Amino acid sequence: MSPKVHLDKKHTHDLLKEMIRIRHFEMKCVELYEAQKILGFLHLYDGEEAVSVGVMQALGPADAVVATYREHGQALARGVPANAVMAEMLGKREGCCRGRGGSMHIFDRERRFYGGNAIVGGGLPLAIGVALADQTLGREAVTACFFGDGAVDEGEFHESLNLAALWKLPVLFVCENNLYSMGMALERAEAETDIARKAAAYAMPSEHVDGMDVIAVEAAARRAVASIRDLGGPYFLECRTYRFRAHSMFDAQLYRSKAEVDAWRAKGPIARFRKWLDDNHFTAGEEIDAIEREVDAEIAAAVAFAEAGTLEPISEVELFAVMEAVPQ
Amino acid sequence: MSDPSSAPLRMTYREACKQALRQALQADPRVLLMGEDIGRYGGCYAVTKGLLEEFGEQRIRDTPLSESGYVGAGIGAAMAGLRPIVEIMTVNFSLLALDQIVNNAATIPHMSGGQFAIPLVIRIATGGGRRVAAQHSHSLEGWYAHIPGLRILAPATVEDARFMLVAALKDPNPVLIFEHVMLYNLEGDLSAGVDGVDIAHAKVRRPGRDVTLIAYGGGLFKTLEAAASLEKDGVDAEVLELRVLRPLDTAAILESVRKTKKCVIVDEGWRSGSLSAEVGMRIAEEAFFDLDAPLRRVCGREVPMPYAPHLEDACLPQAAGIAAAARELVKPT
Repeated sequence: MSPKVHLDKKHTHDLLKEMIRIRHFEMKCVELYEAQKILGFLHLYDGEEAVSVGVMQALGPADAVVATYREHGQALARGVPANAVMAEMLGKREGCCRGRGGSMHIFDRERRFYGGNAIVGGGLPLAIGVALADQTLGREAVTACFFGDGAVDEGEFHESLNLAALWKLPVLFVCENNLYSMGMALERAEAETDIARKAAAYAMPSEHVDGMDVIAVEAAARRAVASIRDLGGPYFLECRTYRFRAHSMFDAQLYRSKAEVDAWRAKGPIARFRKWLDDNHFTAGEEIDAIEREVDAEIAAAVAFAEAGTLEPISEVELFAVMEAVPQ
Repeated sequence: MSDPSSAPLRMTYREACKQALRQALQADPRVLLMGEDIGRYGGCYAVTKGLLEEFGEQRIRDTPLSESGYVGAGIGAAMAGLRPIVEIMTVNFSLLALDQIVNNAATIPHMSGGQFAIPLVIRIATGGGRRVAAQHSHSLEGWYAHIPGLRILAPATVEDARFMLVAALKDPNPVLIFEHVMLYNLEGDLSAGVDGVDIAHAKVRRPGRDVTLIAYGGGLFKTLEAAASLEKDGVDAEVLELRVLRPLDTAAILESVRKTKKCVIVDEGWRSGSLSAEVGMRIAEEAFFDLDAPLRRVCGREVPMPYAPHLEDACLPQAAGIAAAARELVKPT
């Protein structure tokens, strides 16, 4: 992986396509939720797409990802097939977790995607362990650990940053700071709201990045991964972003104003990147149309795949509660 | 002169735990130890003394006081190919890692549709008797035995202390080994020629006809002592040691109870919602009509463990109380 971003036409189109793919995938999820085909919680990534799309550009197949419960975007950007994600959300046997995980628990062993973790902060210690295993077994890999600003409140955040720095583990901490942990505003939860500054106190390089700017995120992630591979220790990125929609599907959003949401929407990562591409003559309207047609076809196919999926027999519900062997 | 290789080897429970760890470290480069003061300090109970010098800092990892952090790291490392053994100094401290154990270790294999196993071993010191009061003395293994996805072991003998770990490392599931703190100085014999134990079955430690005494962990030797005193009264008690607290060996429990038709369950944990309640209920469900007397329990008294020796002793099951409970069943007044 080069530490530099190459802004050619193909790459910029790939970034745009990936962000639109995530956005459209989730718009379809909303429809399916309203049709009661997706149940339970559904935490949308709407507004935060530039973070995972940017970060994933810096990772290769040998690297690992530990994700949050707002992880559809993280999973899709990592390359978890849309079919497997959608089928999981519909609770089908063909889903990546055979209907046991749902929206919040996407796992993909083949792509080193270690969940889908829905206890805030609980994924950070796992990332420490994955990185420790890679370091111990001599595998050249970086573990990218995603979490939100709410995780910063948890003790596990502080324990994990300390362990990573102490043991010089190859962990890329990616804080998706969307300013709210559910309804709790960052400044109401943290006495020190500069999250990157907290990370610096654990003796690791850390920086802020505009999480609404996919190029800035990619550039920062490439710098971070290069530093981890060169120096052997962790790196911390605070990506400043915003969630445009409710925390989950039911949320009166009493904790923030419509004007605030609208102001952030105007800075949205897709709209902003499209404008940048237009201003720099990277795209024509028909190319955008083609991108949208392509992702919509993929999503329609994923929905069809999921709808046609089968149900795990109830007789198998206990399968994997106790494992028979370690999967190889 | 007898052949030295066939003579039993006498050692402490502590030494057996250490030899088990050493064997595991020698046998598999994927094994590493993590825990508080296991290295330079030598282990709170001196179980890991000398291992740092022998295996180095990469494999014997002293951790900061971050139970959730290093237990979670053990889980992640197990998912990614290592065979970590994590030590938690005392069961009360394990509560700081409960999130990782219950929400991650026990759930991820199932929640991921079988994509990930968690071949992790967690050793936890447990139990009362050391005059260290209410934040270092409890027996919470019954709580852990409630959780699907975990295997819970309670070695009480030197043989099990020596060999349960090897079997636990072969298990693809998270295994919690509870070592009762009053057992570390206990001496016992390792039979020549024995090089392993199963981690699935309860064991009859003293066969008998008149009453079944079910015990585990630190309760075993008090229960054997009770059986010896009962023998003087002409009561032939059978002592069944659970060994494995999850999954329970229900068949062995039922077999013994069907034979003796009377049963006392000994559990250092608090009575309400305890492991003894589970054992008793399984007997009630499956062997109710085989019983000649009500089930009885001898449990920890339901208070936070007090410091003063006479108070602590009164809160723990003791041999006299176990024998008295059995006598009541065998010779009803």
